[in-house]
Amino acid sequence: MKAELVLANGTVYDPANGIAGERMDICIREGKIVERVSEGAQRLDLAGKVVMPGGVDVHTHVTGSKVNAGRIMRPEDVRSNVSPRTPLTRSASGFTVPNVYQIGYTYARMGYTTLVEAAVPPLKARHTHEELSAIPILDKASLVLMGNNWLIMKYLSEGRDDLLREYVAWLLEAAKGYGIKIVNPGGTEAWGWGRNVEGVRDKVPHFGITPAEIIKGLLQANEGLNLPTSVHLHANRLGKPGNYSTTLETMELVRNATTRMPRGQVLHVVHLQFHSYGGDGWRNFRSEADKVAAAVNSSSNITVDAGAVVFGWSTTMTADGPFEHDLQRLTHLKWTNADVEAETGAGVVPHFYSMKNAVSVVQWCTGLELLLLIKPDRIFLTTDHPNAGSFSKYPQIIHLLMSRKYRDAMMEKLNPVCKKSVLASLDREYTLYDIVKITRAGTAKALGLLQKGHLAPGADADVAVYDLKPDSTEGLEKALSSAHLVLKDGTTVVRDGRILAAPIGRTYWVKCPPTSKRDEMIDGLREHFRYYTIQLGNYPASEEHLMRSSPVVPEVSS
Amino acid sequence: MASMVPDVTCPFCGCLCDDVRVVLEGGKVKEIYNGCALSQSRFAEVRRTENRNLQPLVRKGDTKVPVSYDEALNRAVEILADADHALLYGWASTSCEAQIAGIELAELLGASIDDTSSVCHGPSTIGIQDVGYVTATLGAVKNRADVVMYWGCNPFHAHPRHISRYTVFPRGYFRKGREDRKLVVVDPRRTSSSRIADLYVQPEVGHDYEILNALRAMLRGAKVAGPTVGGVSIETLQQMVEMMKRAEFGALYFGLGLSMSRGKHRNVEAALQLVRDLNAQAKWVIGAMRGHYNVAGFNEVCAWETGFPFSVDFTRGYPRYNPGETSAVDLISNGEIDAILTIASDPVSNLPAEVAGKIRTMPAIAVDPFKTLTTEAADVVMPSAVTGIEGPGTAYRMDGVPIELRRICEPPQGLLRDDEIVQGMLQRLKGMGSR
Repeated sequence: MKAELVLANGTVYDPANGIAGERMDICIREGKIVERVSEGAQRLDLAGKVVMPGGVDVHTHVTGSKVNAGRIMRPEDVRSNVSPRTPLTRSASGFTVPNVYQIGYTYARMGYTTLVEAAVPPLKARHTHEELSAIPILDKASLVLMGNNWLIMKYLSEGRDDLLREYVAWLLEAAKGYGIKIVNPGGTEAWGWGRNVEGVRDKVPHFGITPAEIIKGLLQANEGLNLPTSVHLHANRLGKPGNYSTTLETMELVRNATTRMPRGQVLHVVHLQFHSYGGDGWRNFRSEADKVAAAVNSSSNITVDAGAVVFGWSTTMTADGPFEHDLQRLTHLKWTNADVEAETGAGVVPHFYSMKNAVSVVQWCTGLELLLLIKPDRIFLTTDHPNAGSFSKYPQIIHLLMSRKYRDAMMEKLNPVCKKSVLASLDREYTLYDIVKITRAGTAKALGLLQKGHLAPGADADVAVYDLKPDSTEGLEKALSSAHLVLKDGTTVVRDGRILAAPIGRTYWVKCPPTSKRDEMIDGLREHFRYYTIQLGNYPASEEHLMRSSPVVPEVSS
Repeated sequence: MASMVPDVTCPFCGCLCDDVRVVLEGGKVKEIYNGCALSQSRFAEVRRTENRNLQPLVRKGDTKVPVSYDEALNRAVEILADADHALLYGWASTSCEAQIAGIELAELLGASIDDTSSVCHGPSTIGIQDVGYVTATLGAVKNRADVVMYWGCNPFHAHPRHISRYTVFPRGYFRKGREDRKLVVVDPRRTSSSRIADLYVQPEVGHDYEILNALRAMLRGAKVAGPTVGGVSIETLQQMVEMMKRAEFGALYFGLGLSMSRGKHRNVEAALQLVRDLNAQAKWVIGAMRGHYNVAGFNEVCAWETGFPFSVDFTRGYPRYNPGETSAVDLISNGEIDAILTIASDPVSNLPAEVAGKIRTMPAIAVDPFKTLTTEAADVVMPSAVTGIEGPGTAYRMDGVPIELRRICEPPQGLLRDDEIVQGMLQRLKGMGSR
């Protein structure tokens, strides 16, 4: 690796710094973007190529116990996409449930350099980190499941905000997690009894609190701890006809909440597509994306990601245990469930999004409608991989967003229900500038990864270069799937779609300094561990286990 | 000076109890607390050296002579690199770190890799691939379960603390203990587990499949022709169905009685389907009673590294999985294997005689802390530290919970760990250049 490098004459898209397709040089020294380099620096002429920051995936399920349960349950998926070992790369396998190497190489080829694993059960965090460390090239972070945690619900019901905050800080460190994730608050706990909750005001069985209280309590703890990212929320009633009203009600809960952090948002609502449905059953199932989009656009403190659908096979997997049971009752495909003591649960069910099936097509329309109706600073591109489709299909979704013509051509092949959709009436086409926002600039900002998602001096030299023309979508999907050049910390990892190097990426996690409440909280925790089957001393995932640990220490509020 | 080490994980069975307290004296295990009889013997076994090799051995002519690790590793790599199709087998009683290195070794060699689950709960995994696996961690059962059923297993002997620490006896968040729970045991043999059951069901040997399906049918309200199914009366079956439907939280654990008797994965599938179906009317989970302490870990590691849980063949450079073809017993008995590395397992004792015979006659490398029939038959023997007592690592409990293994004392005479030995082969092979 040369210590100094100039990416010369490329057409640069860097919306965080207001740069929209300017021909300019990007200078790199020792893994960082810098103002200028010395005369002797290596120059790469990128005339006619598009240069942008490396991609940052804000929400993906690629590691840990439920992903591995998906792999174990679905050999038919794993064998659908295999490639042998080469001198530089390990053998890769799998499509919706790829092995760790396939994940790293595929993301890198697409120009992605950072990903966030969106759901970690703390009891099994060590598993997640074994896999995260094995994923080559990318920097990683993970979100810790807290929305059905018994101790959190106990502290909330007792009004002990101080202990709650201390426990959240401890739990993040124990799980080596980067942020708080809430999945179907209260609902997964209810699934411990084969039940669910039906809205934000429903009481969680035995705990006497509501999903609304869980969301607000954790949001308050999150902001009290000055965590780099906001709470990430998978709202109640995922996938149910008519659930958009719950989604609106959920967003309303945080209307007046504020943050001191540069990210701006206090809540990131994940895979909004699955939460934007109207109707009261499958017969009149419809998209309410326009209403949900209006609510997001009119709030200033919420970001969302799309969870956009890709036709074909997917593997649904979520900590929303009751949802997966309902899906299995609907489709009768194989179903894995994994309740986790005192914390959370999970389910995995394969799913096929059919072009001929009205429900699948409405879901497909809903995802694209949200992306086209919500401001690109506020919505991010995800497929909630692998729930709505594989992350490897991002280029196809980008193509759909950038070309009304392509959308129209696609709709010709679909169940005619799409002709009546709002989508059919939308003329909007994304520019590359917008695409960089929904895949890099916006996601990095929402995650509080201030050194990512842009190309100003000081940023990590994670750069993607594509062989494509900014004003045409010809060859777009191929160019985006197979980048011309990808740099990770200044090292060339991909050239013309081939992996050239597979360095070990960082694992970011949050290490909050303990406060005066730590001892009292730990005493309570010792008591609480009677309900676990492992010892408190064996619970935390050790830092030595991370291949390249990168702790982030939040500022303490006065 | 004696010292106490708390929270030690017992490296014996799939329960992976992590509350063992070990008293050390002079750097050796003196006594242990909280451990079951199996655990006691495991920790005691390590203290003795007469059942261990304390130096690597390499066959020279008719005898095996003590050599350095360096020489043994070189010889091992020669054997593996010369083979057309090597098999790397075992992996049950070792750390994930060793397993991870082993999978890369298999990939680099173009070899096959398989763990002991292919002759154990492999059929359970195949059943899961057809039906799915509605499961829960052991703590979910401890806190919630009011009905616990064991089918085709004798936890009192094979997993002594399963009932006492995790499922029936312990106090849980919603249960006071034994008095709050019903225990059902289904087993053709009367066992110490069946003796304490609230309901003991004794089927005829080999009729599990039809009994499980009769239960499924009755659950859906169908009438099943009597008077018995597989030796169990319709009345008893009806009683079981009622008990299952009324459960607030039920858990069914099954053992090799299902996965290794006639019908194999079909038996397991029927049990998995029964539990899946039950969830339409009640709350039920199911779990496999995994035997060795990290056999579940191999399936996890193999899945994230290769995509497949066991029986992976790298002869084409990419992973292939087709148990029945790429599983250890089949590969060996079909004469496809011309060299074998065994680690943390004793296939010469445990595999079918025909297969064991073939292992005895092929170039073989054995890595194991103890003397076994397999190490006796091998051409290269590399003794190793006992993982979890003499070396650290990660293991997965039968319910998928990863737990840290500790090094609490030194291995005798500087023995290497399994992962160091496998890495030693891997690095030597990389030095030779990939084939």
